[in-house]
Amino acid sequence: MVSPESQTASVNEVLRVEGMSVASSRHRLVHEIFFTLQRGDRVGLIGESGCGKSLTALSLLGLLPEGVRASGSAVFGESKLDLIGASEKQLAQLRGREIAMVFQEPMSALNPTMPVGKQVAEVLRIHRTVTNRKAADAEAVRLLDQVRLPDPARAARAYVHQLSGGQRQRVVLAMAMANRPSLLVCDEPTTALDVTVQAQMLELIAGGVTENDSSLLFITHDLAVVSNICQRVIVMYGGRAVESGDIEAVFRRPRHPYTHGLLAASDLSAVDEHGGLPTIPGSVPAAGQFPEGCVFRNRCQRADDACLSEPRLTAHEAGSVACWHPLLGNTA
Amino acid sequence: MIAAALISTVRAAAGTRSGRRRLSPTLWTGATLVALVLLAAAISYVWTPYDPVVVDASSRLLGPSVAHWLGTDALGRDVFSRIIVGARTTMFVGVIAVGVGASLGIPLGVFAAMSGRFGSETIMRVVDIMLAFPALLLAILFSAVWGAGTLTAMLAIGIAVAPGFARLVRAGTLQVMSTEYVLAARVAGKSESIIAVRHVLPNITTMLIVQASVSYATAVLAEAGLSYLGLGTPPPTPSWGRILQEAQTVLFSDTLLSLWPAAAIAVAVLGFNLLGDGLRDRFDPQLDDRR
Amino acid sequence: MEATAERPLVEVRDVCRTFGRTPSKLRSRARQVFALGGVSLEIARGERFGVVGESGSGKSTLVRLVAGLDQPTSGAVYFDGQLVSGRKERHLGFLRRELQVVFQDPMSSLDPRMKTRQIIAEPLVATGKADSLNRVYELLDAVGLSRAAADRYPHQFSGGERQRISIARALAPSPSVLIADEAVSALDVSVRAQILNLLVDLVNDFSLTMIFVAHDLGVVRRVCDRVAVLHHGNLVEVGTAEQIYSDAAQPYTRELIAATPVLRHVMEGEGPADDLRLDKLNPAGARSGGSEE
Repeated sequence: MVSPESQTASVNEVLRVEGMSVASSRHRLVHEIFFTLQRGDRVGLIGESGCGKSLTALSLLGLLPEGVRASGSAVFGESKLDLIGASEKQLAQLRGREIAMVFQEPMSALNPTMPVGKQVAEVLRIHRTVTNRKAADAEAVRLLDQVRLPDPARAARAYVHQLSGGQRQRVVLAMAMANRPSLLVCDEPTTALDVTVQAQMLELIAGGVTENDSSLLFITHDLAVVSNICQRVIVMYGGRAVESGDIEAVFRRPRHPYTHGLLAASDLSAVDEHGGLPTIPGSVPAAGQFPEGCVFRNRCQRADDACLSEPRLTAHEAGSVACWHPLLGNTA
Repeated sequence: MIAAALISTVRAAAGTRSGRRRLSPTLWTGATLVALVLLAAAISYVWTPYDPVVVDASSRLLGPSVAHWLGTDALGRDVFSRIIVGARTTMFVGVIAVGVGASLGIPLGVFAAMSGRFGSETIMRVVDIMLAFPALLLAILFSAVWGAGTLTAMLAIGIAVAPGFARLVRAGTLQVMSTEYVLAARVAGKSESIIAVRHVLPNITTMLIVQASVSYATAVLAEAGLSYLGLGTPPPTPSWGRILQEAQTVLFSDTLLSLWPAAAIAVAVLGFNLLGDGLRDRFDPQLDDRR
Repeated sequence: MEATAERPLVEVRDVCRTFGRTPSKLRSRARQVFALGGVSLEIARGERFGVVGESGSGKSTLVRLVAGLDQPTSGAVYFDGQLVSGRKERHLGFLRRELQVVFQDPMSSLDPRMKTRQIIAEPLVATGKADSLNRVYELLDAVGLSRAAADRYPHQFSGGERQRISIARALAPSPSVLIADEAVSALDVSVRAQILNLLVDLVNDFSLTMIFVAHDLGVVRRVCDRVAVLHHGNLVEVGTAEQIYSDAAQPYTRELIAATPVLRHVMEGEGPADDLRLDKLNPAGARSGGSEE
């Protein structure tokens, strides 16, 4: 597996993000993110609310809200187009075709007044993958079958309100995969779903991505979910990437104190010295109220004066970490 | 409590709490236009170039000049003076009419929301009946019974405006009643009527202010229409609708005369509508103010 | 787990709750929603009782019935031997003093127009007790918030802090039962850990009975002694937390456990055990449309 710091440009490189920052008029929300996706990579972007993971994803698709701007570069695909700063026209051509996104709430992508089969067919026709109407409809049914909707021909004629949440999300996935994108971005796609439905959805996403040889950028706050579907992970806090690497390495031997704290808090069978769940002291500051230097230092047991200056993401043998005093060795 | 809600509303509109939203042109245009009307009315109490009711046969139908900024009408009265005094009527009738409408509509809406299905439906059908009568028709009815005049006009307009409040308040109340904090209040043991006062009313204040603003626009237009038909403010008190009606007789020879009251009405109606829209835009994100 | 000589604090007897109009000759095509069907439960004083279910399982409805916020279509709910279901609000004063609820959504469970001290004092005011500021400060201390918080508005707090305010409000009348209705589901992981610790500490310190309702079996297992599993309005299984987790009797429970992603498995290099895998349990299940919302 190519490490995220590799400098060699590769034909298989789908996305190279360098120094990406996102800022509103008042605060910097995301600072200098670097990562690379090869074909078939499944990378998770994890963190808690306000860490900037959703903004990172939205800036790749040019979907930032008003007043929020991205800078840096995000070079995509064979044409090496820089997504940041690309024109709306260029981005519109890519969205739904080369890059697709699945959001948390299926209703944000579905039209309640159209049968779902037509919506899937529409995605095909807009990007001219299939121009003939009948052929598009038939392909739509096939795609609905691929996401394992029961009786796909009938499902294609159904309206959104006739489907359950899990079924709707599958339709959204079908629409996203319809044009065989090279990059699929998922932002908390299973958070609003029941646990049993979630497991199926993750399987479908993994399956779809494998079949199309797409790359996956999976954003979530749920560590257990990301560990089931991704090979690599980037941990974000306060708008910065604090750690990255292969999932097993990061989760079994976290180097950054925040990652360690997050894992400990997520592990519901863990016990701290008082018999309760392990916690990270303090709470996540509001945007613009993070400390200078290392963003995590006001909550970190290991902080000292060195942490007054911001640590850079530095590589080690299993990944990279941005910390002056990284942990080494086992988590337990 | 209402004063506190109003104060926080004004402060919120002025942007002291969160400067996130840029000051929208809608809001400022609307506010400016409304301020113009208010200013005209205020000035008219202190000073008018001429007495608006004094007839001067020698100065009939003069065009705009330095002496008469907007000219004179068919009876020689100064149009500018009449217009700014007419602004008083507009504001006055508007306030009373919206007040009547709100006093009728708000309790109806709250009761409807908090009654069971039968009560709610009944009240809303009564509201629908009120909605079916346009202000003009009601004014004619009332005039036939009690005689034409400012009071009957305000009552008629108030009844016409009330359904807007009732529907809005019912929707808002239902929405508030379905929140978890109302549920928590019930768990705490609060009775329904106390919940209505302590939880519902403060939380629907902003939408009421917006509705009041928009209703005002309706009231202005309705008053002008009534005066035009002779059912509103009786002469010689100037009212824009009446000025417009009087200008009608010389519509083709002195067209400008009908322009001024029409423009005044347009400015007021537009101003209140924009103000209402601008306020609504400003307050919506406030309701979603979360970290 | 055997019934003790002492009667249960909360008793739910064969409770059904249906929404919508009953079909009759005139309205034969009525649409009904069966939220709960024939659920019976007993919760003993001092117990930490968990209720697990996915969406549509009826767990929210159950919470409302137990809290006297809703009436069952049939069956009965008792609190400390007294009838709760079918009683008018003015006769439920005893319940309001003894049973309080912490809700899920930190945003909408606090009135945005009220100051924190008014919010926390609300249950005291409503039941006619003195709402002293001291009591409010006491409660703020208990939930780990500073006294300055009393004069701020909800929107000035984070999600975790708002839940603490909710908890403080629930504790104000010194209840004996605390219902946590998905109280940590909307929180970030690290905040969730803090709030769970807080709840457990408070339950211990004040000897409370806790009913913990959630969709996350892992969380429920952690904080509860006994657990009930609901599915589509039916009580599927009740048992101790360990029993449910390691030796569940019912297929739905096993399915639920299998589907819950667990971190420790990954950290120890395992996937879910083979015999708990979804497609092995229910070969046709792989093609299902998923559970209803």
